[in-house]
Amino acid sequence: MSKYLLGNVAIAKGLLEAGIGLAAGYPGTPSSEIIEALVDLKGDLPLHVEWSVNEKVALEVAIGASWTGARAVATMKHVGLNVAADPFMTLAYLGVGAGLVVISADDPQCHSSQNEQDSRRFAEFASIPCLDPSDPEEAREMAVFAFELSEKFNIPVMLRPTTRVSHARANVSAGVALEAAGQRKFVKNPARRVALPVHARPLHNELVAKQAAIEDELQNAPWNRLDLRGSAGIIASGIAGLYAEEAIRDLDLDVSLLRIGTYPVPSGMIEEMLSHVSRVLVVEELEPVVEEKVERIARKVNPGVEILGKGEYIPRAGELDFLAVRNALARMMGLHEKTARRVAAEGIVPPRPPALCPGCSHRSTYYAMRRVFGKNAVYPSDIGCYTMAIGMGTVDTCLCMGASISVASGIRFGGESEDICCSLGDSTFLHGGMTGLLNAAYNQARITVTILDNSTTAMTGHQPNPGTGVKATGEQTAQVSLEALAKALGAGLVEVTDPGNLEASLQAFRRAKEFAGLSVVIARATCVIKARRSGSQRSRYAVGEDCQGCRICVDFGCPAIEFENESARINQLCTGCGVCAQICPAAAIREVKR
Amino acid sequence: MKTSECDIVIVGVGGQGVILVSDVIGRAAVRAGKPVRGAETHGMAQRGGSVVNHTRIGCRYSPMVASGGADVLLALEPAEALRFAHFLSPDGVALVNTIPVLPITVTTGRARYPGLEEILSPLREICRQVLPLDAIALAKKAGTAQAMNVVMLGALSAYMPLQQDLLLAALDEVVPPKYREANRKAFQMGKAEVESVTQT
Repeated sequence: MSKYLLGNVAIAKGLLEAGIGLAAGYPGTPSSEIIEALVDLKGDLPLHVEWSVNEKVALEVAIGASWTGARAVATMKHVGLNVAADPFMTLAYLGVGAGLVVISADDPQCHSSQNEQDSRRFAEFASIPCLDPSDPEEAREMAVFAFELSEKFNIPVMLRPTTRVSHARANVSAGVALEAAGQRKFVKNPARRVALPVHARPLHNELVAKQAAIEDELQNAPWNRLDLRGSAGIIASGIAGLYAEEAIRDLDLDVSLLRIGTYPVPSGMIEEMLSHVSRVLVVEELEPVVEEKVERIARKVNPGVEILGKGEYIPRAGELDFLAVRNALARMMGLHEKTARRVAAEGIVPPRPPALCPGCSHRSTYYAMRRVFGKNAVYPSDIGCYTMAIGMGTVDTCLCMGASISVASGIRFGGESEDICCSLGDSTFLHGGMTGLLNAAYNQARITVTILDNSTTAMTGHQPNPGTGVKATGEQTAQVSLEALAKALGAGLVEVTDPGNLEASLQAFRRAKEFAGLSVVIARATCVIKARRSGSQRSRYAVGEDCQGCRICVDFGCPAIEFENESARINQLCTGCGVCAQICPAAAIREVKR
Repeated sequence: MKTSECDIVIVGVGGQGVILVSDVIGRAAVRAGKPVRGAETHGMAQRGGSVVNHTRIGCRYSPMVASGGADVLLALEPAEALRFAHFLSPDGVALVNTIPVLPITVTTGRARYPGLEEILSPLREICRQVLPLDAIALAKKAGTAQAMNVVMLGALSAYMPLQQDLLLAALDEVVPPKYREANRKAFQMGKAEVESVTQT
């Protein structure tokens, strides 16, 4: 009996069917629902599921479990793999105990990401196999297979869904969740577990030597499919294979098709294809990983074959879709291309950018920060909901998780003399900001660090973190104190303020600004979405007749504040934070008793 | 050659319940033994931004509907209908909830929200049929304004190759038991609205 499931839920089902003993991850779109689904679905299975502090930690925890005999998975988004790169690269040398799978969810088109790097390159870089599903069902099947492959070749395996797989829904078959098998005991084996140079050298040779056997094994995987027909062909990988199949059917063509779902790529099938066709179109999202292999193999088996791909036919940036692939195929075949439909009247539609929620504490904090530090200060920011406050003039940089503090230090040491006030969220601080704060203290950077503590990882869907006192499973745990942490890391001044109290926040920022050293302001208020879900209700606010129409509250940018007929108006979105009432110079905004 | 039985694009604003509508369709399609594909918006765009969801019934291929390929555009918000009008096939149908959710660019006076007729008339020029309905009023009649999305689902049901009993069974699965009656009623009101218009 199949079900209509989200790709990430299908992956979680596959992991359970593989009998995993441990799953660790850090939230990141489009990967987050895998861990959440495991928590929902695991039932009584003896399975440890955790949100780790960051991706490096998640992978290392998974490695420890694998070396202890439990099948383990680490989940992350593509840029999270950068954070985990250190253990990832050397793990390939050391190998696994029980199977170990790294899920790196890519985001072609940067739907919710700062870049669109291609994890297939990372797998190739580490010399580990990569599985590239085209839909949720394949992703589920691959999640099971990945562990078998990992154990057979003593190597970690990457599963690389993209946004259009992780956040697609489709019919997914039901499998049976297995209880993790095998003995759990860390077996000492220094030659395979201790990456000393003397061990690393032979292990690297071993890693190189097993590549051919892995490729042979993958050649027969069901996700590599060769259908030889006409003398024109398509080689397509992952979800692009689905688009290619649809394009061939839409155009009703007799075209040969090789669909690839594994890396190393099936060279034998590519050889067969290249020997059969005179022209071939290589279709893949982002990097020309397959195309480079096709070119290399063509030099050997059919140097005359015409290879079409990145550049003129297939873009290297952004995601593909059916129409892009259909048109590339049509162009190769000399057929008519279909232009995307244009509707001129779409131009009158007002933009609807994502925005901070009504009553969001980040808005109030940034308002106070900007009032105190002014327009000449420099404001490095970070990855989280608060990046959406870019219009408030307090987001001057956004690079990667936790970079705000170290970038701020570099701006100071690079010679900037204006005030520098950086900001990052609680989860981002714990993920990648703590080392930056320690470094700023150690090297004596005179900057202000603002921790926007809304007690959740909001942007990715409100996952808990060590500052919340709750684990991935919902169970209680020790709650880390951000102020104690900031002091321990070496901050000279630590202020804690409530963003809902404008005057107190202004004063906290003033003290931080005046402090001759490293200051930290912790702006603490529960995320409004989280507060609403927990049932908290506050009185709303309304604008009185004494409104002067100055628009100061409107410029505050809260979606609950509108402006019509020369007067401000508060709509039903108001969550009752009351900050607009503290901003209004005419004191015209007042609480409405429930 | 046709690659999908029925292509639907569902648009709206984060929080309006776009995903629930597609989830019900997908579950009903699975019950009907049909292949079905969907693609959703998650993450950053959800925070008050535009949300677009693709659902393809009787399809084994791409989870996204192609530009100019939608048999139905289901818009839970009128401006969003026009924003995503390019998805509509010339033979397609647009079902539009007429009650706006003003974007922040409008509430802060930086952009203008078009009048309903400014939205509907270009839609009428590019597809077979446009059906505006005040789904919030109907949902309130059914018992809860929250069921606006289910009113729209009921309207959509008249254009989908799925049996009503399968849709209602799927709907029961995804809404909390205490709202089942109101949601079933909302579904019927949306469906009746389409029937009354198409008969006249």
